[in-house]
Amino acid sequence: MSLWGWILLACAVSIATKFAGYLVPAKLLDNPRMLRVAGSLTIGLLAALTAVNTFASGQALVVDARVAALAAAAVALWLRAPFLVVVAVGALAAGLARLLGAA
Amino acid sequence: MLPSRSPAVRVALSVAIATGLYGLSFGALSVAAGLDLLQTMALSLLLFSGGSQFAFVGVIAGGGSGISAMSAAALLGIRNGVYGMQINVLLRPARWRKLPAAHLTIDESVATATGQTDPDEQRRGFWAAGIGVFVLWNLFTLVGALAGNAMGDPARWGLDGAAVAAFLGLLWPRIRTREPAAIAVVCAAVTLVAVPLVPAGVPILIAAVVAAALGLAGLGPVTEGLEPDVEPYPTGPAGSPRGDA
Repeated sequence: MSLWGWILLACAVSIATKFAGYLVPAKLLDNPRMLRVAGSLTIGLLAALTAVNTFASGQALVVDARVAALAAAAVALWLRAPFLVVVAVGALAAGLARLLGAA
Repeated sequence: MLPSRSPAVRVALSVAIATGLYGLSFGALSVAAGLDLLQTMALSLLLFSGGSQFAFVGVIAGGGSGISAMSAAALLGIRNGVYGMQINVLLRPARWRKLPAAHLTIDESVATATGQTDPDEQRRGFWAAGIGVFVLWNLFTLVGALAGNAMGDPARWGLDGAAVAAFLGLLWPRIRTREPAAIAVVCAAVTLVAVPLVPAGVPILIAAVVAAALGLAGLGPVTEGLEPDVEPYPTGPAGSPRGDA
């Protein structure tokens, strides 16, 4: 399937997931196990995406300018910077690290 | 009642502006990942869930397949289904409003609605934040994608660093206590171990399986991770349907 196909499928799944919440009985909200799985999934996926985007280059693990972005973003978040500032700080840190000779 | 007199609508507008602006970064990262302008706009208009959209283009940028990208986006979107249940209980939308309400069910609209106690304010907050974020998110996605196209080589501008920062920024507000932090560390470690062993994109799905298993085993926190990634109000949400539904 082409990239367009996967994009449209992802959109359809998103709409179906949201709509399903309006159709299922609210009793499911009393099920702590289901809420735990949904919460853990969100955290685990975001952590995995952070790790891959920092250290993976195809199937290789590398340490390059992106580590500077990770560190700088962490400092910005710790200082309670807004999301857009955090993203800009990450880009700036990676750009500077490259300018200074990092891969 | 004038909209400006409604505290929920005022909060909704500030949330919409802040969130809409970071559509800039999504648009730029999406074209840097290799999606074209129309594909980028399709995600913002139809998928319309920031975390899932970043996940989709993040997997593609890393060389992952379309099915891995779609799966990561779908799994990250499961929390929207939980939000949908909460909003359905809270607002009891009329039948014909359920589909538009569902499409606008995202972190920001849910956080704005559940932070109010008066049912009318909850309703106004939900719709104002949902529609406001939708309009501005799509507008700024377009601007970001056009700017990204004009920038050329993404690495030169540190856009790969921007992606790292974006994912950490989405994760950060969800790890305020030890348990979610432990889940994050375990899943990041599992991902890195898997990177050299399986095709690109698959490590993220392996981490999802591990995260779900940790949640099933009862290690996950009941609400952390499901807290919307914005805090529109200075204090914690009041009048949340959680627990009394």
